[in-house]
Amino acid sequence: MSAVPLTPGGAAAERRPTRSTLSLLGERVIEALIKLSGVSAVIFVVAIFFFIFREAAPVLWSKDFHILEFLFSTEWYPTSVSNVRYGTLALTVGTLSVTAVAIVLAVPFGLGAAIFVSEFCSPKLKETLKIVIELLAAIPSVVWGFVGLTVMSKIIVTLTGTAVGVNLLNGGVILALMSVPIIVSIGEDALRAVPDSYREAAVALGATRWQTVYRVLLPAAKNGLLAAVLLGVGRAVGETMAVLMATGHAVHIPDGLLNSVRTLTANVAAELGEAPAGSSHYRVLFLTGVLLFWITMVVNVAADLVVRGIRRK
Amino acid sequence: MGGSSRIVEVEGLRLAYGIKEVLHGISFAIDRNEIFAVIGPAQSGKTSLLRCLNRTTDFIPSATVSGSIRVDGDDIRRVKDVFGLRRRVGMVAPLPVGLPMSIYDNVAFAPRCSGMTAKRELDDIVERCLTQAALWDEVKDRLSSLGTALSGGQQQRLTIARALSHQPEILCLDEFSIAIDPVTTMRIEDVLKGLRREITIILVTNLVQQARRLADRTMFLWNGEIVELGPSEIVFSDHPADRRTYDYVNGIFG
Repeated sequence: MSAVPLTPGGAAAERRPTRSTLSLLGERVIEALIKLSGVSAVIFVVAIFFFIFREAAPVLWSKDFHILEFLFSTEWYPTSVSNVRYGTLALTVGTLSVTAVAIVLAVPFGLGAAIFVSEFCSPKLKETLKIVIELLAAIPSVVWGFVGLTVMSKIIVTLTGTAVGVNLLNGGVILALMSVPIIVSIGEDALRAVPDSYREAAVALGATRWQTVYRVLLPAAKNGLLAAVLLGVGRAVGETMAVLMATGHAVHIPDGLLNSVRTLTANVAAELGEAPAGSSHYRVLFLTGVLLFWITMVVNVAADLVVRGIRRK
Repeated sequence: MGGSSRIVEVEGLRLAYGIKEVLHGISFAIDRNEIFAVIGPAQSGKTSLLRCLNRTTDFIPSATVSGSIRVDGDDIRRVKDVFGLRRRVGMVAPLPVGLPMSIYDNVAFAPRCSGMTAKRELDDIVERCLTQAALWDEVKDRLSSLGTALSGGQQQRLTIARALSHQPEILCLDEFSIAIDPVTTMRIEDVLKGLRREITIILVTNLVQQARRLADRTMFLWNGEIVELGPSEIVFSDHPADRRTYDYVNGIFG
């Protein structure tokens, strides 16, 4: 190699490529745009909360409304002439119980399928499965509602002999079916992100495939897998149309899997159209939206703390 | 089993990835308790050769292997328990891969995979292997901290301890010193000299000097063929059997 003169202003400095002022300016603009899109996510969340709360707020001071009754009473009689009562406990329990059934069914299936797709199946099958799973994730929720209303309810009636097929179990199964594709595709991404060198090291130490999965890959991918489960659960908590059609829509705290329930979301969707704008009923429905917002926020914050806890360990 | 002085016998080994053949039918044997060096420029098939030995070529869909490899008399194509085979052949990768778990769990990984659960036995293995790999004194007070938090040289010694934890008959080291400093390299080389009494070591290296320092015999692999195989005194002398060996060792090509 020949020596290149390093003195400033020498031949080297002339050949050195320099950025034009315009491209530096362009860099700034792009940076600002990226920052703006990041900040906008926060602005949108705050704005949504604000507008929903603004619709709901006046009812907080109304005489037929008590916040304790709203949270802890099971009596939901919004259109009663003599004695209007807005108790959402049964609805909250409905949402939580349908979600719980969905989680119990979806998490093992979803994670199991993610592990199978990522680690055990042949490349050809993997491609096919991924396409099918993405297709499943794209099915609109109202179609899932039809499935619940017709196919699943018949199956449940045949298998259990219960009178009504639209119930907690039906809603949970439908929600699980909707969450599984999300858990699978995000979980599979998380497992694929584990470096191959880990797999090679484990295999070279004589680990079987399954030992490699549960001793190395699951611990290494736990954050991503938890994120997968949470997004799946998030879909279950917020889902409206499918549960409206599949759960039976009865305001009642369930005492078994075969009871009909009503969820917070389904309640809003079904009643908002009939509630006169500006009435107490209308405002209470918006307050239900605020409650849902808090539930999802608590779930997310709790999950975040769990992830941090795992990471520290 | 165990009678022969040959621990590895390779005959007519061919390995191809798809249509590209990287090992063109090589044959050689490795004696028990020797340090056997494999030298050669990049792309000459050194790492592929190691992959054949513990059958991790199984994981490369396009790889096809023919010829025979016997480890301690057993044809590795026919072994029923490939996981057991991999425990007999310890492998240390070029870049240290600390598994994302504690130092203790890293070393206890292979014993646990083979079903050992007794805490006392595991403790003994962890201490013995870390001592053999010259790492025990540095980490004995923090066995529960993450293996990936160690320095590069320490991680490489951790991977050696891990490879020793399943009591292999053969320890393969694939260019173990490319990511670590010369002082640590010398320490690991001392460790290897000590280990030779118990196990056979296959040392794949780009460092000609390292092979000369350590190996009893050296094989010069070039473009998937053996150019020369002989005692290190001859391979690294002024008059090796093949002129190309002399040129490579002395930096004239390669």
